[in-house]
Amino acid sequence: SQQVRGMATLKMISIRLKSVKNIQKITQSMKMVSAAKYTKAERELKLARPYGIGAQEFYKKAEVKDEEGEKGQLIIAVSSDRGLCGAVHSSIGRIVKTDIAANPNTKVVIVGDKVRNILQRLYAKNIAMVVTEVGRKPAVFGDAALVAQSIISSGIEFSKGKILFNAFRTVVSFRTTEMPLYSQDAVANASKLPVYDSLDSDVIQSYTEFSLASLLFYSMKENATSEQSSRMTAMDNASKNAGEMIDKLTMTFNRTRQAVITRELIEIISGAAALETKN
Amino acid sequence: MERMALTRSALRLFSGRFTQACQVRGYADAPSMSLTFAAPSQVLYNNISVKQIDVPSFSGSFGILPAHVPTLAVLKPGVVTVFENDGSTKKFFVSSGTVTINEDSTVQLLAEEAVPVDTLDISAAKELLAQSQSQLASASSEVAKAEAEISIEVSEALVKACE
Repeated sequence: SQQVRGMATLKMISIRLKSVKNIQKITQSMKMVSAAKYTKAERELKLARPYGIGAQEFYKKAEVKDEEGEKGQLIIAVSSDRGLCGAVHSSIGRIVKTDIAANPNTKVVIVGDKVRNILQRLYAKNIAMVVTEVGRKPAVFGDAALVAQSIISSGIEFSKGKILFNAFRTVVSFRTTEMPLYSQDAVANASKLPVYDSLDSDVIQSYTEFSLASLLFYSMKENATSEQSSRMTAMDNASKNAGEMIDKLTMTFNRTRQAVITRELIEIISGAAALETKN
Repeated sequence: MERMALTRSALRLFSGRFTQACQVRGYADAPSMSLTFAAPSQVLYNNISVKQIDVPSFSGSFGILPAHVPTLAVLKPGVVTVFENDGSTKKFFVSSGTVTINEDSTVQLLAEEAVPVDTLDISAAKELLAQSQSQLASASSEVAKAEAEISIEVSEALVKACE
């Protein structure tokens, strides 16, 4: 029966070995795909950065501050629909959770399924809107404009707002960052607004709506680049781990195979020896 | 203005301290302005010092010189002309966007789409105009009408920019 066990274990090991080898192939190809997408995303981000930074300048220069009102907080959490990308989605989810815990009067607009899955269980009633079909293709301005339009036409009111996303730093690192969002009232009450000439509420409304779309676009671009580079790293680590498992399993397989052969030999030889002594 | 320039150039021959004490600042001497002109997928100017920018806006077309009063404006479809420090001018067609002029003479011109005028094709622009006009004629809802009118506005500006 020991012999039978040896054979069975051998089969199990070889099945396991085959499946780990397949997984290694899959993770390697995912890494290649992410590397290609990352290169493209980084190139587009470089072109989008002056636009995104320019869109924030007015709010800094005019020293716009959050409204003092009680209309609550709006968080736009930027993520995507696809996983296997390291800590990209969970870091956003974590910060949203702490924010909601600190300020229960918070509404969250979620861009991407992954963060929705994280928040759905405990904070479903704080979720105002979810945007899906995100991340398959690179974001264009029209996408951001669509999201901005939905937010505006839903009539969400807020005193304090922010966009949460992962800012891309290097291939191996990203930083979860927030960009402030200001309501029209906050802009109208900015300390340096009187410096700006001939502004009426129409101009301020158009300006804030357009800059919402611009800031969203910029955050989507940064997040996409962080996501692709993080997925590249994650898949690379997975391939390496799979490689280590394959080495260990191959060792075990060979040892088991040799043990089975040795056992067979021992049984044959001891059987032959028993026959000889009998004679 | 010429007398001031003459005095300044004469003063430059003397010592630095003397020049500093007597230098008179005219408008031509104002600190230059730094322009960031970008679209979501391309950068045209990134913090570049320029002499003047002419922008088409809904509150009227205006030219921006250094030390222009701070303001915000919404861009209308039309041509933006940038006068660079070396005297050259570049024209770009913008579809929409915003322009911000800050206190420190930095200008952020954020356009939804911006293309150099010499890449425009007048026949394609006229075709677009005809298409938008027929779109307006067949539009049923308020939203569709508004979209068609926007399309007409942009195509008319495009045709005008090509001419």
